[in-house]
Amino acid sequence: MRPWLTSIVLLLLLGLPAATIAVDKPYFYPYVNPLEATVMELPSYYHADIPEKAPTKTFKVYPFPEREIPKVFWYEDGLVCSLTYQKKEAPLIFIVAGTGARHNSPKMVNMQKALYQAGYHVISITSPTHMNFIVNASSTMTPGNLREDAKDLYNVMQLAMAEVKDDIKVSGYHLTGYSLGGIQSAFVSMLDEEKKIFDFERVLLINPPVNLYTSVNILDGMLDNIPGGINNFDAWFDNVMKKLAEAEEKMGYLELNGDYIYKAYKRFPPREDFLAALVGVSFRTDSSSMIFASDVMKGGGFITPKNVEMSNSTDLTPYYIVANRTSFEDYFKGDFVPFFKKRDPSLTEEKMIKMLSLKSIEPYLKSANKIGLMGNEDDIILAPGEIGYLEQVFGNRAKIFPTGGHCGNMNHQDAVDFMVNFFAGQEG
Amino acid sequence: MTLARKSKMITFGLLLSIALLSGCSTLPKTGPDTVPAQRQQADLVPDGTILDVEVYDPMEGFNRGAYRFNHYFDKFLYLPIVKGYQFIMPDYIEDRVSSFVDNVYEFNNFTNSLFQLKFKKTGITLSRFVVNTTIGIAGLWDPATHWGLHRQSEDFGQTLGHYGVGHGPFIVLPIFGPSNLRDTTGLAVDTVAFSVAGPPAWVDDDTTTMVFTGVAAIDKRKRTPFRYYGSGSPFEYEQIRLLYTKKRELDIAD
Repeated sequence: MRPWLTSIVLLLLLGLPAATIAVDKPYFYPYVNPLEATVMELPSYYHADIPEKAPTKTFKVYPFPEREIPKVFWYEDGLVCSLTYQKKEAPLIFIVAGTGARHNSPKMVNMQKALYQAGYHVISITSPTHMNFIVNASSTMTPGNLREDAKDLYNVMQLAMAEVKDDIKVSGYHLTGYSLGGIQSAFVSMLDEEKKIFDFERVLLINPPVNLYTSVNILDGMLDNIPGGINNFDAWFDNVMKKLAEAEEKMGYLELNGDYIYKAYKRFPPREDFLAALVGVSFRTDSSSMIFASDVMKGGGFITPKNVEMSNSTDLTPYYIVANRTSFEDYFKGDFVPFFKKRDPSLTEEKMIKMLSLKSIEPYLKSANKIGLMGNEDDIILAPGEIGYLEQVFGNRAKIFPTGGHCGNMNHQDAVDFMVNFFAGQEG
Repeated sequence: MTLARKSKMITFGLLLSIALLSGCSTLPKTGPDTVPAQRQQADLVPDGTILDVEVYDPMEGFNRGAYRFNHYFDKFLYLPIVKGYQFIMPDYIEDRVSSFVDNVYEFNNFTNSLFQLKFKKTGITLSRFVVNTTIGIAGLWDPATHWGLHRQSEDFGQTLGHYGVGHGPFIVLPIFGPSNLRDTTGLAVDTVAFSVAGPPAWVDDDTTTMVFTGVAAIDKRKRTPFRYYGSGSPFEYEQIRLLYTKKRELDIAD
């Protein structure tokens, strides 16, 4: 098909839902394949109508001012958070980022804008799995233990509030988070029931895993889509580059941006195994940083030698190579469980796996009417039956979209509408 | 003269970086109580494999110092200037400046497409220059792209690569950023060619050239979203080294 013809057909196709708008527009998501939904940028046509900018400033908190930061992390100085603010008094929403993401990741910024537009202050918090959080704000320096992460997050929220309290007027508090940040929000909310410092009015879990261990293993398993496994990564990556070069040759130019990739994607639809591998690589990239930061902060022994001093010029390549070959399961068995077992000798791997789950706080989730859930039927991080479990636990407090993959539809108009209505107390 | 200024700047940067480098061993300091890690490369990667991420980097100590230097250079000088520029200039004017700068540098795309005997690219570049200089009013607008004549980036590093020159050792250039021996050579050749035979020679006015070079440098940094230590990964240096090397392979292949 000629390019111009493709464009017209595409335009017609994309224009279709607009043309068929009745009074109540049904949810429509352009990617039916959940991997595509997860990986691909949502075409701008479906984007929620949110402002281009929201007044936001960053600030730092220091939960452990006495902590000596290893020289290899010389550039780390305080946990960076951001505040999106209203000029008048308004309720404040804390949002917790997903695995490996920062306070200003694209998904976080979109939420900031949407919630700002709806009249809220927003404080955005980097994921406890991110290096910046591990180094500066984690008490155990071993992320993934939901109860410990919740304590750290709760502490950060208090410090953050202390930092901004003179700049804004707050009339109440809400909490939300996506992916790992979603499940963490549930645990933070439970902690808040006891401490009552914020007394959250509403808590929204967006695309959370049911069991962290299960979901992370699903993501890790996607790396098996690299033929020959991680030690064949170079060949796979070369192939990706070759494909990009082919796309460039056929399209006449190359740009590394969302629009280009979308165009290339439309002309050369990627294979399923490729998309899965991409999700796996992206996850491993985040988890390798986390595992390294955690190990160095604890003095090494897992993937770096114990009792060595790394400087700001130390070659980290060997550790990078090892970290990229370390699955969550390896971390769980080799570092995570042994670390927490030292504190509680009765702890076993099975016990820990059970603790990393929404099921471990099911009675609370069932009884807490303030907690809502936004999920997708085709979320790739959920195991069979888990979406049903979420529907059963949250009942009519659960909003499940039929498509959207894992967090692919967070910027979709319908998802944003639901989110905003939820905090306003008008979901349904 | 641009060239003299540029080389002065490079020398200055090099000296500063070297001065900043003290004890630049890239191995971690061990002691009698050092215990090897539970998981090690030797157990996880088959013997004799050289992975792509192990880019040839014999100057690593210097490079990591230069990388840090660039971070500070950005933080205290380059980015504040860019910010000031963005504050003063309306976005619309900034875009005109970008188009203008790109159009002037078509010279290097043209010569290098020609050196590689890529006649289609040479033709596109020439057409772009003619269209944008006339209809685009001295290059302030870029109508050529809208007509499907996309910019064909070619530099002397790519030309060397095209004729089979390998990338050589990885180098982090002060101010300019990630490079390698091949591309640094390319940058030097392009800079000389541009000054001696390109637009600065046609204009033949030192002040104009100086102003242009300065504005172009600000415009270029403005359009480069990369921030040193901005990725949030402890392995940023390793990742940039790999991606730079791969990206250049891709540039050369096309």
